[in-house]
This record gives sequence, C-alpha cells and structure tokens, in this order.
Amino acid sequence: MYAQLVETGSNKLKTLDEMSPEERQFQERINDEIKIEPKNWMPDAYRKTLIRQISQHAHSEIVGMLPEGNWLTRAPTLKRKLQLMAKIQDEAGHGLYLYSSMETLGADRDEEIDKLHDGRAKYSSIFNYPTLNWADMGTIGWLVDGAAIVNQVPLQRTSYGPYARAMIRVCKEESFHQRQGYQILLTMMQEGTDDQKAMVQDSINRFWWPALMMFGPSDENSPNSAQSMAWKIKRHSNDELRQRFLDQTVPQLELLGCTAPDPDLKYNQETGHYEFGEIDWQEFFDVVKGNGPCNRERIEARRSAIDNGAWVREAAVAHAAKRQHRAA
Amino acid sequence: MQNMAQKKQPPLIDYLLRLGDNALVLGQRHAQLCGKAPALEEELALMNVGLDLFGQARNWLGYVSELLAAELMASELVADKIDADHLAFRRDAQDFRNLLLVEQPNGDFADIMGRQFLFDAWHVHLLDGLTHASDPRIAEVAAKSLKEATYHLRRSSEWVIRLGDGTEESHTRMQRALDNLWQFTGELLQGDEIDQAMLEAGIAPDLETVATRWKATVEEVLEEATLERPSYDAWMYTGGKVGHHTEHLGFLLAEMQYLPRAYPDATVW
Repeated sequence: MYAQLVETGSNKLKTLDEMSPEERQFQERINDEIKIEPKNWMPDAYRKTLIRQISQHAHSEIVGMLPEGNWLTRAPTLKRKLQLMAKIQDEAGHGLYLYSSMETLGADRDEEIDKLHDGRAKYSSIFNYPTLNWADMGTIGWLVDGAAIVNQVPLQRTSYGPYARAMIRVCKEESFHQRQGYQILLTMMQEGTDDQKAMVQDSINRFWWPALMMFGPSDENSPNSAQSMAWKIKRHSNDELRQRFLDQTVPQLELLGCTAPDPDLKYNQETGHYEFGEIDWQEFFDVVKGNGPCNRERIEARRSAIDNGAWVREAAVAHAAKRQHRAA
Repeated sequence: MQNMAQKKQPPLIDYLLRLGDNALVLGQRHAQLCGKAPALEEELALMNVGLDLFGQARNWLGYVSELLAAELMASELVADKIDADHLAFRRDAQDFRNLLLVEQPNGDFADIMGRQFLFDAWHVHLLDGLTHASDPRIAEVAAKSLKEATYHLRRSSEWVIRLGDGTEESHTRMQRALDNLWQFTGELLQGDEIDQAMLEAGIAPDLETVATRWKATVEEVLEEATLERPSYDAWMYTGGKVGHHTEHLGFLLAEMQYLPRAYPDATVW
C-alpha cells in the first residue's frame, strides 16, 4: 500500500487495565469512534506510528509522480497530456496536504524528507517499477490508484482527525484517476491497433503482481497490524484488502479482454471470491529494502530536485528577509 | 500532412499557429520539469502553468484545424483528419511558428523563470489586445487565456525579483539567464507582414503598443529585482515566427511526437 510495513514499536497489545488513566481514556475515545485531534493527549507510540505512516504515504505521492512524469513529455494527444499533468499535479497536492497533516503531530516536513532521501523512510514499493510503455499510464491509474483507493477508503474513518479528513479529499481524486486510467486501457483495447493492444497486455503483465504486493505482507507476516488495528489507524487486514481489490478488479480485467499473469487465478463459486497464486514475497522484501529496478533512480531524482533547488530556496528566504527589513 | 512551410497559407492560419505553438512548446518545457521543482509548492505551480498553456494550445490549434479543414474542403482536396492533435504531433519543426524564446531549454530555475517572465510580459499585453479582435472566437480564447497569463506574469515577476534581489548567487544566475535570453526577445516586438495583415484585419493589436507596454513591465520588474537590463539595441536572434528555429526545437518535438509518429496507424489513444 502507500504505507507498507509501518512499525508501531509494539508486538503485543495492552489491555485497558494495563493502561495508564490517560492512555485508557485515549483508547476509549478511539473505541467510541471519536476522532483524536492534534491537541489531544496521545501515546508517544501512536504519534510516532502515525508520523511514519503519514510520511510514507506523502513520500509515496511524491515519488509516485516520477514514473508518470516519465511519460508526460510523450503523452500521445493533447487531451491525454492534460489529463496526465492534472493527475500528477493532484499527487503533488496530496503530498502537500499529507505532509501538513503529519506536521500537526509535531513532525517537520524537511526532516521527514531528509529521511526519505537517505533511505531511512520508506514509500510504496510499486513506484520502484519502471514505466516502459504508454499503456503503463493507464495501468497505474487502474491498478495502482485502484489498490490505493481500496486501502484509503477505510482510512477516511481512521482515528486521527487530520489524516481522516485528508483522506476524504484524496479518495475523491483517486477514484477519478482510476476511471481515467481504465479508460486509457479500454480505448486501446476496443479501438486500438494490435500494437496498442499488445502494449496493454504487456503493461498488465508487469504491474499485476506488484499491484497485489501493494497491500503489504500476508497477515501472518504482519507483526505491527494488531496495534494499528487497535488504534484504528488501520481498519482491515492486508489480506482482506488484497482480496477486496482482487474481487473488484478481475471482472474489469475480463471486460478489457486481457489476462492476468497468474495461471492459478480462478473464481471460487462457494466463497464468491477469486483465488490467486503465490505472491513472490522475496521480490517484495527486496524492493522494500531498496533492491527494486528503480529504487536508486527514484531517490536520486528526488534528492537532486531538492539539492539543485537549495539556492532558489535560500534566495527566497533572503529576499523575504530584505523585504521585512525594509518594511520595518 | 503537406509541409506547410512550402506553401503559402492565409495569414490568419500562420498567426494562430504562432499563438498555439508558443503555448504548446512552452507547455512541453513545463512537462519536462515534472518532479524537478525546487520545492513541492513550486511543483504545483509549474504544473498549473503547464496545464494552462496546453489548454491554450488546444484552443488555438483547434481553431486552426477547423479553418484548415474548411479550406481543404473548399479547394476539393481530400482532407486527412486534421485536428489540434494532428497539428501538434504530426508537423515538423519548420512548420512550427513559435517564438525562439519559448523553445529554449530549461536550464536552472533562473533560466526557467527568466524565459517565463520575458514571455509572460509580452503574452499578457498581446492577449489583452486580442480580446478586442474582430473575430469573436479569437476574442473569447484570448479573454480566457488572459486571465491565466495574468497569473503567470505575477508569479514569474515575483520570482525574477526574488532571485534578482535574493542572494549573491541567485542574483548572478538571474542576471546570466537574462543576458542569455535577451537575444530572443527581438522577435516578440518586431512585426512582420503577418502581424501587419492581422492588424489591418482588426484581429491583432499594434505590435508597437505591445512593445511599449512590454518594455515598461520589463523595466519595472528588473529595477525592483536590481538586475541590469540588456540593451534594446543588442543583436537579436530571430526566425521562430517564420519557422527558422534553434536546434532545440527538433529534440523537443522528437520526444513529444514519438508515439503518434511511431504508431501512425493508431487513430485513438
């Protein structure tokens, strides 16, 4: 997901009786579905976990601009160029308000971005895959934003107020992106040439498994989930969300007339769910640890944008100071 | 499409191509900046400007394509499908009519903002004049574009001032950018027979008036930015308006037009 493998600093849940009075009051508030707001007392671990989760989410939005930016200059029509540019701009906007919501927890945007640049902070593994053909702009909208929505819809009810409210706006824009992405693929499959259809299938073949990995490790390998669920900063397990995504996505795949690169994918009449093959978890953990196809490139791109802009930011600060001095 | 540079076309077509191509080419320079802004807020602002420019390009080129289609039909030639996309993605460099200024490479942030400011200061005054065009379609597109360009000018002026009157380094970079770009400003202000024809048709404003206003805007901003204005009498590099471009445009188009050219049979995307 946009925030995968978020450390909570605890593997064991405290009972209400084991909690201090203020912690107990905090937990009861969460249990009653009352939002936690920036000025409310909160356990240090809750604060830290949220900072990690929201910053990961924000970093994902920003790094996620790069694989799409790779095709922005080559978008094949003015309409597609405008759509893609607007989508990338939305992502920058999501990054901005996620960083702002993170700052309500006392974190500093620049410090968190430093952590991204020196490898201490993570972002979604999906953005470490290259975008190799134009259909990838459709597939990213359809599968990647689609998976993001499945994860983020429940986050609109997450326990931390500013994060929940940011998610409401983000979700609206993401569903728009998802429909747009699907439409790119559908147009090529229904009205395109054989070359264009081949692009679509090739793109799905490359993004299918990485999209399923976005939901994070399977439940038995998710040590931090229990605490995050108790705090309601996570509302469903990784496997539940993955299943939900798959169930809604396979019929869309069939409507496209494409296939998934998974020979074990089949519908189970009894359960009413799709079943799928084994995810290559080794690949997932490799990519999360920094060994994906584009990890180095993505971080380098972000770092150089910020480093090359240092003189610009310094000039803006210096100019503002001069102005203030003159006004005084 | 037939090579348009080889054939005489009505001045209105040429004139609208100038407007559309300026927006398209400068928009494409913005697309190249994605993910490279010095701050996240600037990322949003650059995309905003890019979106406006591509929207303007679509409006101008859309109008050109309608006029061209009508003309082809009148001369009973079998028309290829001509639309704004066809004009954007299937024309060669010599058929582009944009100013040399807008095709200059991105360089550093001072180059980017210098280019934008010199263009915006001209664009705003030109569009303002075009809102009075005798052709209502042109007046309408100009009015919409003017609102956008006014914001662009405010932003680029602010950056030129900040960088000019910021740190020593930013001042040096901004001055250098200005000095390098200045040679491309001549053709903004110098009219030719097409500008003259458009003036006579009641479409375009007098370029001399635009030039006077451009100079006033430039002088005011550069003074506040503590930058030295290069001479109006300096040697000027011209040719964009008649399709004689710098080496940079070919590469910009090679990238932008790659898909429609590599897959000529594809009719939808």
